[in-house]
Amino acid sequence: MITYIARRMLQALVVMAAVSFISFSLFNYVGDPVDNMVGQEATLEDRQRIREVLGLEDPFFVQYARFLQNAVQGEFGISYRTKRSVSEMIIERLPATLELVFVSALIALGLGIPLGVYTGINRSSWISKSVLTVSLVGVSLPTFIIGIGLIYIFAVHLGVLPSSGRSGTVDLGGWRTSFLTFDGWRSIVLPALTLSLFQVTMILRLVRAEMLEIMRTDFIKFARARGLPDRKVNYSHALKNTLVPVITIIGLNIGGLIAFSLITETVFQWPGTGLMFIQAVDFVDVPIMAAYLCFVALIFVTINLVVDILYFVIDPRLRAEGGH
Amino acid sequence: MRIHATALAAILSTTMFVGIAQAENVLRWTSQGDALTLDPMGQNEGPTNSMNGQIYEPLVKRDRDMVLEAGLAESWKPMGTTGWEFKLRQGVKFHDGADLTAEDVAFSITRALAKSSDFKEQVKSIKEVKIVDDHTVQFITDGPNPILPNELTNLYIMDKGWSEKNNVMEPQDFAAGEETYAVRNANGTGPFMVEQRLPDELTVLVKNPNWWGNATAEHNIDKIEYRPIKNAATRVAALLSGEVDFVLDAPLQDLKRIDAQDNLKTLTVNQIRTIFFGMDQGVDELRSSDVKGKNPFKDKRVRQAFYQALDVEAIKRVVMEGLSIPAGIITSPGVHGYTKELDKRRPFDPAAAKKLLADAGYPDGFTVQLDCPNNRYNNDEKICQAAVAMLAKIGVTVKLDAIPKSQHFPKIKNRVSDFYMLGWGVPTLDSHYVFSYLFHSKGGWNGTGFANARVDELTDTFAVETDLAKRDQMIAEAWSIVKDEIVYLPIHHQVIGWGMSTKLDLPILPNDSPQFRWAKLN
Repeated sequence: MITYIARRMLQALVVMAAVSFISFSLFNYVGDPVDNMVGQEATLEDRQRIREVLGLEDPFFVQYARFLQNAVQGEFGISYRTKRSVSEMIIERLPATLELVFVSALIALGLGIPLGVYTGINRSSWISKSVLTVSLVGVSLPTFIIGIGLIYIFAVHLGVLPSSGRSGTVDLGGWRTSFLTFDGWRSIVLPALTLSLFQVTMILRLVRAEMLEIMRTDFIKFARARGLPDRKVNYSHALKNTLVPVITIIGLNIGGLIAFSLITETVFQWPGTGLMFIQAVDFVDVPIMAAYLCFVALIFVTINLVVDILYFVIDPRLRAEGGH
Repeated sequence: MRIHATALAAILSTTMFVGIAQAENVLRWTSQGDALTLDPMGQNEGPTNSMNGQIYEPLVKRDRDMVLEAGLAESWKPMGTTGWEFKLRQGVKFHDGADLTAEDVAFSITRALAKSSDFKEQVKSIKEVKIVDDHTVQFITDGPNPILPNELTNLYIMDKGWSEKNNVMEPQDFAAGEETYAVRNANGTGPFMVEQRLPDELTVLVKNPNWWGNATAEHNIDKIEYRPIKNAATRVAALLSGEVDFVLDAPLQDLKRIDAQDNLKTLTVNQIRTIFFGMDQGVDELRSSDVKGKNPFKDKRVRQAFYQALDVEAIKRVVMEGLSIPAGIITSPGVHGYTKELDKRRPFDPAAAKKLLADAGYPDGFTVQLDCPNNRYNNDEKICQAAVAMLAKIGVTVKLDAIPKSQHFPKIKNRVSDFYMLGWGVPTLDSHYVFSYLFHSKGGWNGTGFANARVDELTDTFAVETDLAKRDQMIAEAWSIVKDEIVYLPIHHQVIGWGMSTKLDLPILPNDSPQFRWAKLN
C-alpha cells in the first residue's frame, strides 16, 4: 500500500512540475508586462530599470528556478498590477469562489439527482421527455450565454435579482461570506445557477442511465415481486446503488467547477479567483497567472490522488494485486 | 402589552424619520476597469487619474469646455523665461483637516519628479520649486516652458505631513513590489473622500463637507459607489436593471438600445483621441512585404494611394455606427494647433489611388502585414478588417494580424511593425505632445521612422517658445509639413458614449473622465 501511494504521489509531483514549467514558459509569449506598468510617456531608461528590478533580464532558467524555489514555499511573488502578495490575493479571493462552487454543487445535486431518478423511472412520460430536452440546452449552450440570459430575465426584465457583484458580505475574520445575509443570497443565486447548469445536466443523465440499468437487475425485480412499495424500491434499493459512480464524478467535478468558474465570474463580476485570473491576463500579470494555473493543477492533482487512495481503500482487488 | 406596542411604534417612527432625514443621494456607477492605485503619482493612466481626480486636486483644472480654470491655484503667471509663479487658494484643507500650504505643493512636485513616479515626464522641465510665502510658489524651469500649466492638470497635490506620517514620501514604486499606505488610502483636498476601498470590487467615496468649493458646488451627491464590471453585456444590464445610474463605457452598439428606454439616456461627444495607421518609411526593406530590396512606403505616392483608398465615411457608417468623425490630421478638435482646414481629408478615390500605385512602380500592388490591436480602441479590429478590404480593391494584399494590446504596442515601440494601427490622446491639449511622441525623429512612439530635420527643429523650438503668436506659427508650419508628407493615415476621431439614468445630470467630457463635482441626482 505504501509503494502504491508513494508512486501515486510521485506521479502527482511530476504533473505539478510539468504544469509549473509549461505555465511559466507560456508567459514569455503573452506580451511585455512592463508596457502595462509604465505609462505611454515612460522613457527607455524607466523600462530598463523596471525590467532589471523584476528580474526579466535574467536568462529563462534562472527566472524559472527562482519561480520554482518560491512556489514550493507557497510564495508567488508580487502582483505586477496591484503590488500585493499573490498568495494573499488568492486567499482573499478564494472564499468567493468556494462559496459559489458550494452553492452550485448543492443546486446540481438537488436538481440533478431527483430529476435523474424521475426520468429513469418514468421513461416515457412527457415530463421526462421535456426535462431531457431542456437538459440538452444545459450542455450545449456556452456558459456566458446562459449567464447573460439569466441576467436579462431576472435582473433586467423581472428586476428581482442583482445582475452582478457580490453584495451583503459579512467578514468572519478573514473569510468574507455571502451566506449570512439576504442580500448575499440574492447575489449568489444567478451565478451559482449558471455555473451549476452543466453539472445538473450531467448528473441527471448519469443518474438516469444508472437507474435504467439497475431497474433491469434481478434484485429490483425480486423486490417488486415481494410486494415492496414502489417508493421503497425506487429510492432505498435502486437509488442507493446508483450513487457510487455519481459521487465519484461529483468529486472530480468540484475541481472543474473551481477551475472553470472563471467565465461565470467574469459575466457576473463575481470577485473570486477566476475573475482575478482574467484580469491578470488583460494586464499580463505573470505572477498571478502562474500562481493560478499551479493552484488549479494542485486541486486536480490532489483530488485525483485522494480518489486513487480511496479506491485502494474501498476496492479489495487492488490490494490483492499488490497495488499494481 | 399596550405600552410595549406604543413604544415599538414610537421607535419605528423615529427610525423612519431618521431614515428620511438621512436620505442620501447615492450615485452608483461602473466602468470596465478599476483604478490601479490611489497613489496619485503611481500610475499615469486614464481611469486611475479619473478616480484620483475626485479625491485629489491639481493646481490647475479644466472646465466643462476643457479650458484651464483655477484649481488649488487661484492664479498663475509666467516669470519671463525662467518659470511660472502660482498663487494658492486660501483656506483649503485636506481631508484630515491639515491646511494646504506652499510646502505641500513643493513636496508634491518633488514627489512627482522621483524615480518611481509615473509623472516625471510631465514635470521634467521643473528644476526647482521656490516657496515664496505660505501661498505663493515659483516653479523654476529648465528654459522657458509655455505650456507648464497644461502639464499640471492631472498632477495632484498631496499633504506633506500625511505623507511623512504614513511613510509615502516617495510614490509607490511599481518595480519595488510593496503596497504602500497611499495605494488604498488617500488624503486629498477634493470634493470626495474615500470611505471604503476594495480594489476591483467596490470603492465608496463620500462628500467632503469641508471642501473649499462647497459654497458654489454644483453637485448634490452625498455618496459615490463604484463597482467595475468587466463584461460589457453585464455592464449594460446593470444600467438597464437600475442597479447603477451611470455607465462610463457602454458599448457603442448598445447606445441606441439604452436611449430607447424611458428612464435612461445617452450622451456622446468626440473624444480627444484620433485613430490612424502608421507606415514604416524608415527601413530599407519591409519585413512582411513581397517587395524586396526597397521599401514602397518610402515613396510618397504609395502612402497617398493608401490614403485615398481608405473610405473613412464607409468605416464611420458601417463599422462605427455613425459614432466617429473622419479625420484629416491625427489630432482632434480641442487640441491647440488643430484647425478645421487641417482636418480636411484628401478625397476618397480608388481610381486615383490605383494610378498612384502604378506610377510608383506597383501596378499590381504588393503585400504587407497590418498590425492591429483587438482590445484597445472602439471596434479596432473591425476597422482594420474594413481597411484590408478597401486596400484589396487597389491591388494591395494586406495580411491582418490583430492581437491584444499587450502584444501589439511593443511591436510599435520596438519598431518592428511595417504597418500598424495606433490611437493617440492628448492630455496636455497641445500639439507639442503629438509632435514630440509621434513625429520627432526621436519620438518614443514614432514607429514610422519618419525623420525630418525641420520638423525636429520646430518641435524642439515650440516646446520653449514663449511668444505665443510665433509659437502658433511654428505649430502650423509643422502640421502642414507632416500633413503634406502623409506620415500617417488618419482615420477618425473617436466618439465616446456615456449611458446614464435620466435622474442623473452629468456633463460628458471629451477626455472621458467624469467629474462628479458637476453631477446632480434628481
